[in-house]
Amino acid sequence: MTQKKPVYFMGINLRKLRKSIFSKTTYRGIVAVIATVILWELCARFEVPIIGMIPAPSSVFSSLVEQLQDPAYWECWVVSYDRVLSGFIIAQIIGIPLGLIMGLSRHLRDLSFPTLEILRPIPPLAWVPTAVIFWPTPEMSMIFVTFLGAFFTMVLNILGGVKNIDVRYIRSAQSLGSSGFDIFRRIVLPATLPSLFTGMTVGMGITWAVVVAAEMIASRSGLGFLTWKSYVAGDYPVIVIGMISIGIAGYLSSAVIRLLGDRLTPWRKII
Amino acid sequence: MSAHEHISGNGGPLQGGEMQITAVSKSFGIGPLRQQVIENCSFTLERGKLTVLIGPSGCGKTTLINLLAGYEAPDSGTITVDGAPIKGPGKDRLVVFQETALFPWMTTLENVTYGPIVRGEKSKKEVEEEAMHLLRKVGLEDFRDKFPIQLSGGMQRRCELVRALINRPKIMMMDEPFRGLDAMTRELMQEYYVRLFEENHLTNLFITSELEEAIFLADRLVILTNRPASARTVIEIELPRPREFKLLATREYLHYKQQALEILHEEALKAFSSGCGATVADFLEAYSEVESK
Repeated sequence: MTQKKPVYFMGINLRKLRKSIFSKTTYRGIVAVIATVILWELCARFEVPIIGMIPAPSSVFSSLVEQLQDPAYWECWVVSYDRVLSGFIIAQIIGIPLGLIMGLSRHLRDLSFPTLEILRPIPPLAWVPTAVIFWPTPEMSMIFVTFLGAFFTMVLNILGGVKNIDVRYIRSAQSLGSSGFDIFRRIVLPATLPSLFTGMTVGMGITWAVVVAAEMIASRSGLGFLTWKSYVAGDYPVIVIGMISIGIAGYLSSAVIRLLGDRLTPWRKII
Repeated sequence: MSAHEHISGNGGPLQGGEMQITAVSKSFGIGPLRQQVIENCSFTLERGKLTVLIGPSGCGKTTLINLLAGYEAPDSGTITVDGAPIKGPGKDRLVVFQETALFPWMTTLENVTYGPIVRGEKSKKEVEEEAMHLLRKVGLEDFRDKFPIQLSGGMQRRCELVRALINRPKIMMMDEPFRGLDAMTRELMQEYYVRLFEENHLTNLFITSELEEAIFLADRLVILTNRPASARTVIEIELPRPREFKLLATREYLHYKQQALEILHEEALKAFSSGCGATVADFLEAYSEVESK
């Protein structure tokens, strides 16, 4: 048997790529999703108690066609994504340096850790009323609440990452003539990257959960509001569309972070 | 090509140093939790000799190496290299740790060139040339762009040896470097390591808890007492170099082994009467096999 020659495009082996896209895992996944939809349709048709109350896929689908053509639907995506990304990015900008500083300086850790540990267990949603009061615009209060969702996770993951660096790495680096900023840049930062991406993945999940709930309570736009509005209006198929849209949006966000993480920490996962 | 150039690459011969450890003590904890780990320990690492430290596991060998490397300071006593007291960690005394301490986020080549590049002594190109020269010697030239996770246990140790050697240390310190390797790889690494030493004759300190390995490698065998550790006896091993494994069947070898075992057993009995159970169990397990042969 002869091996087919690899075909490259922009440094990517296309044959390998095709194999990984059209793999058995992919087919199994597709089959499972279709089976779930069929089961759901059957439950609705035969009016199975409780679960049969959910609008059937067929009615959701016809409503979806309408929604996809409605700019207001896409506006919901943009608004929610805007909030999630703003909150998430601010959490990175403040959380990453704070986590690193707390990990490296014992004094600062002693000073900030107790306060942080008292504030952390407060669910971000419990902040909604206060946030609405003290931020000048509702939009700012939404972003603040989303920010909280990712912030504590980032700080704690990075703090843990720095504290768990194997002391032998630091010692080897010292013996080899490294010190100060050099050790920070070449040892501490790369050693912390895996925990940073763990924090980002978890944080992104929390951010979506928070933004949807916050939109239901305190906003008149976004995917969360779309879902809530449809419930109030009795437009049941759109509730399902709102839910599935949130699911897809969350999945896409996590996928990007996973991809980024695999790219930036190539030493962890080698085939 | 002389033996020195053979291993040292293109930067001139390696220079061994002499290390003097005098009346060193170290304890951890305070009050009733205080544990004396090393007490009044003195010995010398002679220039260009391979000194092996042997003692039961948990007797304080790793603490001792942390002191010699300068990662920790002794409570009392002095440590000097060529007469000058040591100040913190330095590239003149490099440690190869138990298990691998290669930086996981750097490739083989990046790991090896780390020291010279952070110190900025030479251009990147020069350093990489020298690194490749050394990597070729240990058969890792095809693995220059692999991460440590992609290397086998034996390859990781070889890479680590090269990472230390490229810095031209005066003293190499090996902290049970072959622990955790399978028997076959371990034997290969011992043979490889002893060749390397016989080529460069750097001052070497090798820590182990395996008597067979100790005698096979050593010029001088320092036997440690049980905790608190101090140097109890030094045996000069006058077996011929280059060392070969068939040496392990000679009468001279068995004579050294018998001599060392008697002392080690005495230490084990002392530990037994002082009642530290776990250490004794370790100790007897480690040596009963050797004795029964």
